[in-house]
Amino acid sequence: MKFAPLVLSNLRRKRLRTALTLLSITVAFILFGYLAAIRVGLGAGVQVAGADRLFVRHRVSIAQPLPISYLDRIKRVPGVRAAIHQSWFGGIYQEAKNFFPQMAVDPEPFLDMYPEFVLPEEQKLAWLRTRNGAIVGRSTATRFGFKVGDHIPLQATIWRREDGGVMWDFEIVGIYDGADRGTDTSQFFFWYDYLEEGRAFGKGLVGWYVVKVDNPDRAAEVAKLIDDEFVNSSDEVKAETERAFISGWVNQIGDIGLIIRAILTAVFFTILLVAGNTIAQSVRERTQELGVLKALGFTNRQVLCLVFAESCMISCLGGFLGLGIALLLISAGDPTGGALPVFYVPVRDVVYGACISVGLGLVTGFFPALRAMRLEIAESLRQA
Amino acid sequence: MSGTDDLLVNIEGVTKYYRRGAELVHVLEDIWFQVRRGEFLALMGPSGSGKSTLLNLIGGLDRPSRGSIMVDGLRIDRLNERELAAWRARHVGFVFQLYNLMPVLTAERNVELPLLLTPLTRAQRKRHVAAALAAVGLLHRKKHFPRQLSGGEQQRVGIARAIVTDPTLLLCDEPTGDLDRRSGDEILDLLQLLNREHGKTIIMVTHDPHASARATRVVYLYKGQIVTEMPK
Ligand SMILES: Nc1ncnc2c1ncn2[C@@H]1O[C@H](COP(=O)(O)OP(=O)(O)OP(=O)(O)O)[C@@H](O)[C@H]1O
Ligand SMILES: [Mg+2]
Repeated sequence: MKFAPLVLSNLRRKRLRTALTLLSITVAFILFGYLAAIRVGLGAGVQVAGADRLFVRHRVSIAQPLPISYLDRIKRVPGVRAAIHQSWFGGIYQEAKNFFPQMAVDPEPFLDMYPEFVLPEEQKLAWLRTRNGAIVGRSTATRFGFKVGDHIPLQATIWRREDGGVMWDFEIVGIYDGADRGTDTSQFFFWYDYLEEGRAFGKGLVGWYVVKVDNPDRAAEVAKLIDDEFVNSSDEVKAETERAFISGWVNQIGDIGLIIRAILTAVFFTILLVAGNTIAQSVRERTQELGVLKALGFTNRQVLCLVFAESCMISCLGGFLGLGIALLLISAGDPTGGALPVFYVPVRDVVYGACISVGLGLVTGFFPALRAMRLEIAESLRQA
Repeated sequence: MSGTDDLLVNIEGVTKYYRRGAELVHVLEDIWFQVRRGEFLALMGPSGSGKSTLLNLIGGLDRPSRGSIMVDGLRIDRLNERELAAWRARHVGFVFQLYNLMPVLTAERNVELPLLLTPLTRAQRKRHVAAALAAVGLLHRKKHFPRQLSGGEQQRVGIARAIVTDPTLLLCDEPTGDLDRRSGDEILDLLQLLNREHGKTIIMVTHDPHASARATRVVYLYKGQIVTEMPK
């Protein structure tokens, strides 16, 4: 630690150069943190999705409905513990840009299926009592200021009413929280019966089924059994794990993980060159000083460590600063106002970031440190 | 004339050559010479005669190609890199022609540098630094950076840095070479004082007869060899 002033003073040598290097590293790490949060946001379900849940949809497409009569048949498939159905509503709240997902469900089995949606008991009871009752997740409730007791009109884009109207009225009876921060709390759920009674067409149809299996390890087998159950029927199905389903969904926008990795690789490669060059230059300028240090009795190893300390100091300072700023920005919430219901940097990525900043210091410092270590004293003093 | 106890530096048959591509550049040729404890020795000779090279060998900054260098009873040419570095830190103080202070460190931090390699505590280091700076008369400038000091003052800081560890041997390579007469004299006064009052053994490379006049003995180097008198 007594060498710290020596290391720090070298960073002060060319303030502008140090500041610019620091800035570029900081920006890279802000980007790193931000992209990590975006990846989490886009793949939200992927990480949190229950491994014991299967998605059963129409073989042709998720947009094709399935008969509600499949529910009982699915429940009878060996290995299935519970099954529910869900139907996409696709209503507009005031304006099209105020998007949030709305789903028609059977409240009780639905809540049993999704323990990660945490709803106070009295709100649950209120929902069971209220025909046009709906529950909404915390993030959407906060976004639009929904409170329990509010009446929310949604304009249907699919489900015209029997009376020819397109406006549906819902009463907010509950606001649910996520059991952990990876839980998507942007969705809006309401009674399937309310939809079924009110809609002008499509009666007896549901969007898809969600199945809970007895043993997650056998999920693939159960999925196969379900597929087989409906082979040769009018509407064949495709069952897959929720995880596979959601990642398939996300992958429609492209392999996000790959794109993000590619961007970050390019960014860090550039930073490596920038920071590496700065350190190398700064060490080259100090050839004589390093020679003097050795003359005073610093060993080759100590000089090596000094240079590494310097490069790691810069990269860690920039790295931690960048991660800190990213965390701060991200804690302000989803910047898109709804497209990324889950938006945070997982601890794992923060740890990665910290490791990368240390690694960056070691890599950028490597050749300069080696050079400093090998420096011949008499030789370096001669270079006046 | 002098007992072995008095013998501080003993150089026997030292040869130094550098390899420049295929050819060998002989810089020092079979040097034999001794320095007694308490001497203030001036090493003179024309440019390129090998003065700095010899000084560097005595200070353990470089190794001889052949021959032995004994300092205070220790064969320093046989030490490995780490042992040699530790030995330099303990036993040698260097003063350079161009002062070679760290421009980013204050005078006191510069003087403290060699102490960082010792087990001294922060408070002890501070005391030693203050004593060394006081010895060169620059205690009041301790917070100044080298660029805020004159050449003579910088060289005094350089001397403070060289003596702060209380080394056995003080090696100066043209310490006044870059200074005007007055500042040079101050430096020479200081070295003389260190030699006379504090018993420091000093080897000083110089071109300047005015400087060598302060020494207790003068040795000439000519084309890599010790000569008793400069050939005309
Ligand atoms: N690393 C090296 N490689 C090749 N030649 C070298 C090397 N170091 C020194 N020399 C040569 O050795 C000779 C003596 O150098 P040295 O620096 O000891 O001379 P000097 O007497 O100190 O000269 P000056 O008075 O100019 O400082 C010079 O000719 C120099 O070119
Ligand atoms: Mg010289």
